[in-house]
Amino acid sequence: MPLSISLTINGDRHDTLLEDARATLLDVLRERVGLTGTKKGCDRGQCGACTILVDGRRINACLTLAASVDGAAITTIEGLARKGELHPVQAAFIENDGFRCGYCTPGQIMSAVGLIAEGDAGDDPERIREGMSGNICRCAAYPGITQAVLDAQRRLANDERISA
Amino acid sequence: MNRFDYIRPASLEEAIAAGSEPGASYLAGGTNLLDLMKVDVARPDKIVDITRVPGLDRIEMQNDGTIRIGAMVRNADLARHPAFAKACPAVAEALLSGASPQLRNAATVGGNLMQQTRCAYFYDPYSACNRRQKGAGCDARGGDTRNHAVLGWSDNCIAIHPSDFCVPLAALDTVVEIEGPEGARETPLTRFYSLPDDTTPGGVDLAPGEMITALRLPRDAASFASHARYLKLRERTSYAFAIVSAAVMLRMQEGVIAEARIALGGVAARPWRSVIAEERLRDGEPDVDLFASAAEAALQGAEPSGANAFKIELAKRLVIRAIERAAEGTPARMPALPASVFASDTGVSAHV
Ligand SMILES: Cc1cc2nc3c(=O)[nH]c(=O)nc-3n(C[C@H](O)[C@H](O)[C@H](O)COP(=O)(O)OP(=O)(O)OC[C@H]3O[C@@H](n4cnc5c(N)ncnc54)[C@H](O)[C@@H]3O)c2cc1C
Ligand code: SF4
Ligand code: FES
Ligand code: FES
Repeated sequence: MPLSISLTINGDRHDTLLEDARATLLDVLRERVGLTGTKKGCDRGQCGACTILVDGRRINACLTLAASVDGAAITTIEGLARKGELHPVQAAFIENDGFRCGYCTPGQIMSAVGLIAEGDAGDDPERIREGMSGNICRCAAYPGITQAVLDAQRRLANDERISA
Repeated sequence: MNRFDYIRPASLEEAIAAGSEPGASYLAGGTNLLDLMKVDVARPDKIVDITRVPGLDRIEMQNDGTIRIGAMVRNADLARHPAFAKACPAVAEALLSGASPQLRNAATVGGNLMQQTRCAYFYDPYSACNRRQKGAGCDARGGDTRNHAVLGWSDNCIAIHPSDFCVPLAALDTVVEIEGPEGARETPLTRFYSLPDDTTPGGVDLAPGEMITALRLPRDAASFASHARYLKLRERTSYAFAIVSAAVMLRMQEGVIAEARIALGGVAARPWRSVIAEERLRDGEPDVDLFASAAEAALQGAEPSGANAFKIELAKRLVIRAIERAAEGTPARMPALPASVFASDTGVSAHV
């Protein structure tokens, strides 16, 4: 049964006609909308490579039916930078060596954006590691990832102070 | 994944009408159902998406102390609800020890109760499994049984229920509110799961079309708030299912245990509440021999279902540890590693 859904992805509205309802949000983003920044690792909710924000909350796009989030606002890694300027979390990952091969990185960064928005971790590295535990890094860049999240959090707090 | 019709009902009545049709399956967060559909273990003809059914997403802290949690409340939202986490800290801790932050943002209260076992043979459509197909046999017997039951199993099925959330809920006398084609009814969570026996592999007490609409915690749930812990042993520090877990809640009065609640996870096809263990602690003063006797009682009748005898001893030790931690008092703040036995105040990372 074909079905049409509408998503606001990184601020732009996308109306998509699905041949049938089986499509996951991950496959719609990658195969239909052409946003391949969001990665498919396990496709089973176990690795976090497909992490994106749905209405501001981080979730695994691979275990989400696209039809079920019809009408939602989606943010992917492609939607973070503003006018060619990296998002503070992106910049912090680069400066703190938060990756090696980079395959898990979009998911790590989206997860970090979600974690910082949740606001529970503070500057405790252990709480950050726990808060990032849904993202596996095969290259084991974990020390850099923890540093990057700590650093990004500081940058975002500063930005807020400046804009306040 | 097989093809299916997708519908998104606008009301509870519509949802139940659609969910009562043969081959229909309710969809909540999708974190278990989609996973099972991808391996063809679940093959629904019709998906009834209940995420937008009105009225199912509320957390109600009622004046008389009763707590009512809508089936569509997301696991993360319940764990982070300040009044709920204060009243039921062991439930919040159990929730935060389960799955990952992303999964908890999607997973619902109802879906968590309804999640299937993680038995590897259940997940493999080419293995024989009574739980998937009654009478097919059980390939887990004599196979890899590390994560299988040591209590309440039968030759028909040795699988466990993998939920963390359900363990403290069972200890707190939680009631499951159900709506179905025949109307509304309710059942205690401890009776919601039937154990395998000589003829059946066990399962959940839901008739076709029935839906969980809410959970209800009785008014005395918060009376354990100051001495409540959930501990979970797993193969890695986070993002792993329990090998064994224990929820312990104590109501202390002048240094004496006035009332205790104890339930185990990872050991049986349902969260395993032990009233005999609770009774051992009643009116006792905190003391390690008393705790050990309660732990013995909690594992009364335990038997390995394969190469998993270690779980019995492990569970006893965990019960002792969980009673000790509960007696020390609920931590002022949620531990950095929820439900972990590793202390994180050493300055050394406990993430291994
Ligand atoms: C990688 C991974 C790790 C995990 N680790 C843990 C862990 O450590 N601890 C833990 O406890 N869990 C863990 N989980 C399981 C997770 O908690 C469950 O997948 C989740 O709770 C299911 O909720 P859902 O809303 O996504 O359910 P869905 O996937 O939408 O549904 C699951 C089942 O419940 C039925 N259902 C849903 N809602 C209702 C309702 N209201 N009434 C009747 N039937 C309903 C559906 O029809 C389906 O059969 C893990 C999952 C994954 C993928
Ligand atoms: S233990 Fe239960 S779930 Fe696992 S294969 Fe046997 S019957 Fe199936
Ligand atoms: S691809 Fe979604 S969690 Fe691995
Ligand atoms: S950088 Fe290679 S998997 Fe994380």
